[in-house]
Amino acid sequence: MSILIDENTRLLVQGITGSEGSFHTQRCIEYGTKVVAGMTPGKGGTTAFGVPVFNTVDSAVRETGATASIIFVPPAAAADSILEAAEARLPLVVCITEGIPVLDMVRVHRYLADTPTRLIGPNCPGLISPGKCKAGIMAGDIHLPGSVGVVSRSGTLTYESVSQLTALNIGQSTCVGIGGDPLPGSSFVDILSLFQTDPGTQAVVLIGEIGGTLEQEAARFIKDNVSKPVVAFIAGASAPPGRRMGHAGAIISGSSGRAQDKQAALSEAGAVIVHNPAEIGVTLRKTLGKHLTQ
Amino acid sequence: MKVHEYQAKALLTEYGITVPPGKVAESAAEARRIASELSGKVIVKAQIYAGGRGKAGGVKIANDRDEAEKLAAGMIDTRLVTGQTSSSGSPVRKVLVEKVMPVSRELYISIVVDNKHRMPVIIASEAGGMDIEQVSRTNPEKILKAYIDPATGFQDFVGRRLAYGMNLSPDQVKAAVRLMANLYRLFEAKDCSLAEINPLVVTAEGGLMALDAKLNFDDSALFRHDDIRQLHDAEQDDPYEAIAHDLGIRNYIKLDGNIGCAVNGAGLAMAVLDMIKLAGGNPANFLDFGTVNNTAVVVNAFKVFNSDPSVKAILVNIFGGISRADIVASGLVEACTKLQVKVPLLVRLAGTNVAEGKQILAGSGVQYIEAADLFDAAQKAVAAAGK
Repeated sequence: MSILIDENTRLLVQGITGSEGSFHTQRCIEYGTKVVAGMTPGKGGTTAFGVPVFNTVDSAVRETGATASIIFVPPAAAADSILEAAEARLPLVVCITEGIPVLDMVRVHRYLADTPTRLIGPNCPGLISPGKCKAGIMAGDIHLPGSVGVVSRSGTLTYESVSQLTALNIGQSTCVGIGGDPLPGSSFVDILSLFQTDPGTQAVVLIGEIGGTLEQEAARFIKDNVSKPVVAFIAGASAPPGRRMGHAGAIISGSSGRAQDKQAALSEAGAVIVHNPAEIGVTLRKTLGKHLTQ
Repeated sequence: MKVHEYQAKALLTEYGITVPPGKVAESAAEARRIASELSGKVIVKAQIYAGGRGKAGGVKIANDRDEAEKLAAGMIDTRLVTGQTSSSGSPVRKVLVEKVMPVSRELYISIVVDNKHRMPVIIASEAGGMDIEQVSRTNPEKILKAYIDPATGFQDFVGRRLAYGMNLSPDQVKAAVRLMANLYRLFEAKDCSLAEINPLVVTAEGGLMALDAKLNFDDSALFRHDDIRQLHDAEQDDPYEAIAHDLGIRNYIKLDGNIGCAVNGAGLAMAVLDMIKLAGGNPANFLDFGTVNNTAVVVNAFKVFNSDPSVKAILVNIFGGISRADIVASGLVEACTKLQVKVPLLVRLAGTNVAEGKQILAGSGVQYIEAADLFDAAQKAVAAAGK
């Protein structure tokens, strides 16, 4: 089993004819994802990589039965693209775009609150249910089907953790990159809640970073609602306060957002904290072993 | 992006918010001229991005124009070291000379985006003029908050609730609501990430005035605000960060160690810094390549490392996804061929096209130390930098 996407997911690519959109559409198709439609205003009626292209999301959904969309458009147009997908009532929208203005996202979130659409990202690598569907920019071949759920604020650090798991022959149910923005569409709590109810997920790897309070909220949720083992790593323990470490959301401001506080909250909630990012895989194996023998 | 106080105050004025009479001066003679125009006591304020100016001697009161000239001369073209600058301080090129205003009360108003509620929030307090984080610890009941629904924007009732909460007189409530509406208009129109007036004062005549102001802008929205982008004072940036930015490397932060780091992805870049610390070393910088789709970005990173004498080893850690390991490898070869790289180079490649990348490096004749994984890379870099 998996969460959010599987072999039945019918994917629409918004921005399919752009350079990143076309590169990653091909990778997704190669992986086995059912890419059923593309969307680029002005390119309607053409095809790209064997996929029909539409001028609007609405027509793409009506004619192909797309169930999810992935967005590769420049930051200035990204909010518009998310809203268009939500207006078409798509259940899942994955936004890869980095650098969307914060106030654009404020308006997007206000609109999404009244729709059934779940947003993953923006500024994220997307998600993958290994062996079933890839709706993201991660390298497919580092993944292995299995039963560990991975949820992360960072793209490349997710690849790092996944490859450690795969090297130990520990497969993944679904890996979700929630993105590095301060206002992500889905939070750790949203994804943890899906992993908790997914019978195909046995344990969770959570990768957080400095800034904000998403990890503390995750800790409260884990304490009350998650019975599956959680292994957590928080990036940025050595980061200086007041400096934005690449991600818009990764900044220690005043007394909040420090890695130490997040580690303490998660540890108190029962998660196993990894301090050395090279030991995420082995820690999960040890934790799973313990959990299974209990 | 930050701007200077005088620039923030010009924007406030443009949006109908009153600030003290004053002007910015680039020389002591100019400061003298402004002081005599204003007459009476003036305040001379060094213009740097960092806070903590008052305690560091960057804000002083002059009784007359002679004193104003002397104070300005003591600030302009010096470096001001505050609790929030590096030990070498920030350069002062301008001072703001303002009339000293008689003040009856000091308040606090700011607007930020609240990440948890995903909405802008107006924060107000009658305990102005102090560090607001301090107030929230000692007197949390004095911090008032009102969330602004983006569907409606600012509404007067929200302002009234905050204004009455600050115990303002009926006349002042009206003025405060107007001020909050104007500040919100500015916040939204210019994509601010912070709009803060501290203190907002009630003058002896009962009016409201922004005595000090701080505006920060959302870097991601600068593409639609040429006017704001032009206000940037590059001299306030760290010199190495300025070099990096000029070379198109946006995500570079200078740190105080000796291992130059280049990584793709901010989370992984942070993890690499953590790892170096765990291995007993110290990173010279944070550098996130973002997406590497050409070799120039790698070469440019090496130009930054070469300009920084504290770099004693270079660690490149790439986990290909959207970025390809073979392009990074070609970039490394190009950098080592074009530039003189005099310090040991550690390379750890993984992910998309890693086999091609390793082949390019191995066949290039470039001197480098290969690392198997993250921890191996950090340990080898610490060892190499220590030699």
